[in-house]
Amino acid sequence: MQADEKPIEAGVNEVETKEERPSKVGVLSCSGESEAEGTIARNAVRLVIEKYRPGMVVTLCLPLYLAGDGGEREFARKVPVIAVDGCEKACARKATEKYSGEVESWIDIRDLLKQWGVTDKLSRSHPGKLEDELAEKVAQEIVHRINTLIQEGKVAVDNL
Amino acid sequence: MSKDKVYIIPCSGIGKPTASVGRNAAYRVVDDMRPDTCDTLCLGLLTLRDEEAVSKVRDSKVITIEGCAKDCARKNVEVSGKTPDISHRVHDFLKEHRDLKPESVLDVGEGGRKLTDIIATRLAEEADELAGK
Repeated sequence: MQADEKPIEAGVNEVETKEERPSKVGVLSCSGESEAEGTIARNAVRLVIEKYRPGMVVTLCLPLYLAGDGGEREFARKVPVIAVDGCEKACARKATEKYSGEVESWIDIRDLLKQWGVTDKLSRSHPGKLEDELAEKVAQEIVHRINTLIQEGKVAVDNL
Repeated sequence: MSKDKVYIIPCSGIGKPTASVGRNAAYRVVDDMRPDTCDTLCLGLLTLRDEEAVSKVRDSKVITIEGCAKDCARKNVEVSGKTPDISHRVHDFLKEHRDLKPESVLDVGEGGRKLTDIIATRLAEEADELAGK
């Protein structure tokens, strides 16, 4: 994406309402600036948007729930939302529930890392090979969750 | 984390390369250039009005850096009861260095990295001043 491209968050206002069976999925990353898992969350969501499900995913900068013009709070009312959080504080899930509506699915990356047996010290600011690999794995988990929403009929798609 | 630290708080921008530059600049300062005097926190905690995070920003010097004109970092800090001591937008730096346009969100490219360095240097200098050094 180039610097002057239209921001992705604008797309949330352009999709159908849930009642009309949306063709998009909302994937919301936590901010996570202070945690390595937050960096993995943001990068994983970008991978899904750019590489694995281009055109299917809309997202939002989480702090816009407070700083935006109010339209952002329609997010979970218009699309099924997968919240991707770096840690158990669950800012993406809780902020969505507080300001917009229920999430359809929630990923806690710190919990995933435990399940995967990852005990290495990770960097929030200098992601290397391991962090990149983990972002790819989390991206695949997000894609799995998107596919589940499609299989459940919560998202209308022509083809994958 | 100490309340005496200067908090460098970038926006959480996920859709724009300028947000990546702002966040990378903040990381450069808090992790590489001034790790003893600066830190950052998750902006989402302020969005949720997390008590500990709100207390930190209220009682500390704060610099915000934004990836776009929506000013999420500044506004979320202000809602927490604190006016940032200094607020920046990456676009203001970009206006002064039009040849350093960042390329993409995941990889800001060579120009974006140079812009990151310029912003980080400014942030570190300002953090020193706020810390009384």
